[in-house]
Amino acid sequence: MDSMTLNKPVQAAVTQPVKVSARDVKVYYGAKRALHGVNVDIYQNEVLAMIGPSGCGKSTFLRTLNRMNDTIDICRVEGKILLDGEDIYDPKLDVVQLRARVGMVFQKPNPFPKSIYENVIYGPKLHGLATRKDEFDAIVETSLKRAGLWNEVKDRLHEPGTGLSGGQQQRLCIARAVAVSPEVILMDEPCSALDPIATAHIEELIDELRESFTIAIVTHNMQQAARVSQRTAFFHLGDLVEVGDTEEIFTNPRDERTQGYITGRYG
Amino acid sequence: MSPTEHTVKSFEAELQRLSNLIAQMGGVVEAQVEAAVQAVGRRDVEGATKVMQGDVRLDEFERQIEHDAIRMLALRAPVGVDLREVLAALKISADLERTGDYAANIAKRSIALAQLPVMRPAGTIPRMGRLVQEMLKDVLDAYIDRDVEKAVAAWHRDEELDDLYTSLFREVLTYMMEDPRNITPCTHLLFIAKNLERAGDHATNIAETVHFLVRGQPLTAERPKGDKSSFTIIEPVEGEG
Repeated sequence: MDSMTLNKPVQAAVTQPVKVSARDVKVYYGAKRALHGVNVDIYQNEVLAMIGPSGCGKSTFLRTLNRMNDTIDICRVEGKILLDGEDIYDPKLDVVQLRARVGMVFQKPNPFPKSIYENVIYGPKLHGLATRKDEFDAIVETSLKRAGLWNEVKDRLHEPGTGLSGGQQQRLCIARAVAVSPEVILMDEPCSALDPIATAHIEELIDELRESFTIAIVTHNMQQAARVSQRTAFFHLGDLVEVGDTEEIFTNPRDERTQGYITGRYG
Repeated sequence: MSPTEHTVKSFEAELQRLSNLIAQMGGVVEAQVEAAVQAVGRRDVEGATKVMQGDVRLDEFERQIEHDAIRMLALRAPVGVDLREVLAALKISADLERTGDYAANIAKRSIALAQLPVMRPAGTIPRMGRLVQEMLKDVLDAYIDRDVEKAVAAWHRDEELDDLYTSLFREVLTYMMEDPRNITPCTHLLFIAKNLERAGDHATNIAETVHFLVRGQPLTAERPKGDKSSFTIIEPVEGEG
């Protein structure tokens, strides 16, 4: 056997700098601990998928990345989350600014009960990113193009966003998220309410968005994780069990629990 | 939560069935190789004919395994160890099918050989045959038991087989040079030996597949190439025979 050298597992071909860094992140809901110390780096321009059974902590973790958990009174976060090396839980940090840098797309499309146009410029207006009409027009066009929705809605920008189909509404929400030029986009099961065609549109979009943004996506659909991400993290019972190249996770996971989950032997 | 059984029982059953098919097909191939080598040694035309006819079953096995594997890839989208399981079945069935072809070819040539005078180098054929059978048995056992150590041990034995083949090759060339009437039986012997040598290579392929199946990584070590017959030159010696 001594003449034999085995292939080392393929390591993530990461050449990008770290965008988000989580260090020993623990989350409590009252006395109950939901996350037991998560350590993970998210690299610039990558899509990191987070998978795991319900209640494993993946959504909880996602929501710590732009302090969405702040809205829950009994929720407490320990540890450090750094965005470009900056602690996002620093009390001096402006949370509204943070959420402009780290945008979020939710499970159910949630356009405001306003026109398509108003939906897109809501954030830029709030953050004072533009003042003149032509500037807003430009933001609307660019954002809707980035979200792959422009051609479908350019002639009815002033119709209500809620009148669009589910898939279009979700792309409108993505347009709304990218309108403020965030650096990171968090997606919490963005396709779970969509049909396979609309899902394919969003997945294609995620791939394109990756060129400009860093994306963290929570999904219950493992094939989706396999299709859209470069790296995958598996959560189980509040622990980050394993994170690695998506290819490696889906062909040769190292941890038995990951193996059990992805192959459907979870029980 | 330990990886035990699939939540979806029918998936578990399909994987088991695939594995059973490989085991059965492997058993048939072992028997085919054994019978073919025996037909050479015993100059048994009837036995050889049976081997040739038996090859059809292996083609059927291969088709069935391919069909099941493609169906599982399409409908179950297997990942992790399940994906490796399906890929391994596809690869191993191809190796077994080819090994069966070699057995059939050996049987065919044994019929021609039975009508020709016995050549001394023929004595090496049963030795090569035994070695191939042992390798086949070991790699198939390794597959069934998911035993990487056993697979790797069998993988190393291919060197022995290559050495036997190289020495037979030299011997056969010498006989042909001695007397042109030896050329016909010797050529058949040479092809039979080559078939066995190739069967050994397919057994090592299976060993590599078992390694991949269990460990998730390819067996990358270079196996020393023992078949030196490609470089062998034998010059007739002046004034002899």
